[in-house]
Amino acid sequence: MRWLLLLAALAAAGPRIAAAQPRMPPQAVAQPRSGTQDMSRELQAMQADDSANPGMLWVQEGEALFHRAEGRVQKACADCHASLTGVAARYPAWDDRSAAPMDLAGRIQHCRTEHQQATPLAREGEPLLALSAFVAGQSRGLPLAPPEDSRLAPALARGEALFRQRRGQLNLSCAQCHEDRAGLRLGSALIPEGHANGYPQYRLEWQALGSLQRRLRNCMVGVRATAPAFGAAEYVEIELYLARRGAGLAVEAPAVRP
Amino acid sequence: MMSSARCVLALLALLLAPPAWAQGDAARGRAIVTTRQKGLCLLCHYGPFPEERFQGNLAPSLAGAGRRWDAAALRARITDSQGLNPDSIMPSYGVTDRLRDVAPAFRGKPILTEAEIEDVVAFLLTLTADE
Ligand code: HEC
Ligand code: HEC
Repeated sequence: MRWLLLLAALAAAGPRIAAAQPRMPPQAVAQPRSGTQDMSRELQAMQADDSANPGMLWVQEGEALFHRAEGRVQKACADCHASLTGVAARYPAWDDRSAAPMDLAGRIQHCRTEHQQATPLAREGEPLLALSAFVAGQSRGLPLAPPEDSRLAPALARGEALFRQRRGQLNLSCAQCHEDRAGLRLGSALIPEGHANGYPQYRLEWQALGSLQRRLRNCMVGVRATAPAFGAAEYVEIELYLARRGAGLAVEAPAVRP
Repeated sequence: MMSSARCVLALLALLLAPPAWAQGDAARGRAIVTTRQKGLCLLCHYGPFPEERFQGNLAPSLAGAGRRWDAAALRARITDSQGLNPDSIMPSYGVTDRLRDVAPAFRGKPILTEAEIEDVVAFLLTLTADE
């Protein structure tokens, strides 16, 4: 009888002992592999050639918008920023005013409403995608370098938890595909490691440029889960975690994907 | 005495008799297995389906499933794979609780109905050859 009780106590204590073990802070994937490496040669060539990469149309459009005076103060982005080299590689980053992490599109939005005093641009609208592509393109070839900022830690931890949480009618987590089964085939699709280094990106399936949030939404809808509205904090939290686990990968925006 | 025992037996037989849906239809089951938006099976599995160009490799081949497993085992696996192994990525096709953030269009609905699961079981039982 006594050993039965002991056994029950042990069984009950089991999970708690496991949970009490120190959690390591999230690390980059040991040798992160860009989704580009698993594409056909044709698509790799299309991405690498600026005259063939459809995403460059958005980059050009973004450059024009960057120099256009806007809003009540009639200032252009270019009036405040000369070069933005390396900036996209450090996003998402902490924003003091909103006391929250902000992704690159969020930062551009914020500059537009606060500094240009212009109407906000729609998430996934062409102008914001174009500006994001122009800014991200200025970090091409530079390593993803997420900021070491302790204020980001809680959101980063939430992002990792979201990455590991099973969801939707198919009850699958991001990690079950992108961590445990990268390189295998889900139907016709090769499962990539799921890195964030190529966004915004031109996807043949979309016939358009789309943001990382649009990609995350696709994966959520794929497992028949609810997807938060564009701009939601959950996406930025996942983006933070993706930047951390892909740290060191070269920025490839605007990438091309099937 | 004797007749009341017979009555109980008859009642038991009635209760234990398989309901109408238990007679699965193998042809319907094959269609479910190979339809990506319905069974989703070939997203993960591969098997003797030469007309299907894109089959997944996240899971064992379905070839020989009908030799390795009987109807009850197949039914249990498809209805609640994660009840057998909580870490399985194979969805529990007949289960609607234990899920979170299910999209409104699918909320409260199992991926396959009991009748559809019976069709799939009937089809898998025909897959006796190893490939
Ligand atoms: C059932 C498997 C599966 C799940 C679950 C899944 N994904 Fe994906 N994901 C894919 C596949 C397959 C692709 C490749 C694109 C395609 O062909 O659809 C992809 C692409 C991506 C990409 C783009 C990578 C690149 O190189 O451009 C990112 C980022 C990503 N997923 C993140 C996530 C996140 C975050 C989650 C969880 C919210 C998630 N995925 C859940 C299968 C999955
Ligand atoms: C998301 C992935 C996934 C999907 C979708 C899926 N399965 Fe599975 N299935 C698995 C995995 C993985 C296993 C191996 C055992 C385990 O991990 O649970 C498995 C095991 C099995 C087995 C036992 C295989 C053996 O002989 O050992 C059968 C039979 C089976 N699945 C049938 C089906 C059928 C039929 C469907 C569709 C109605 C289906 N599965 C859908 C992932 C999947």
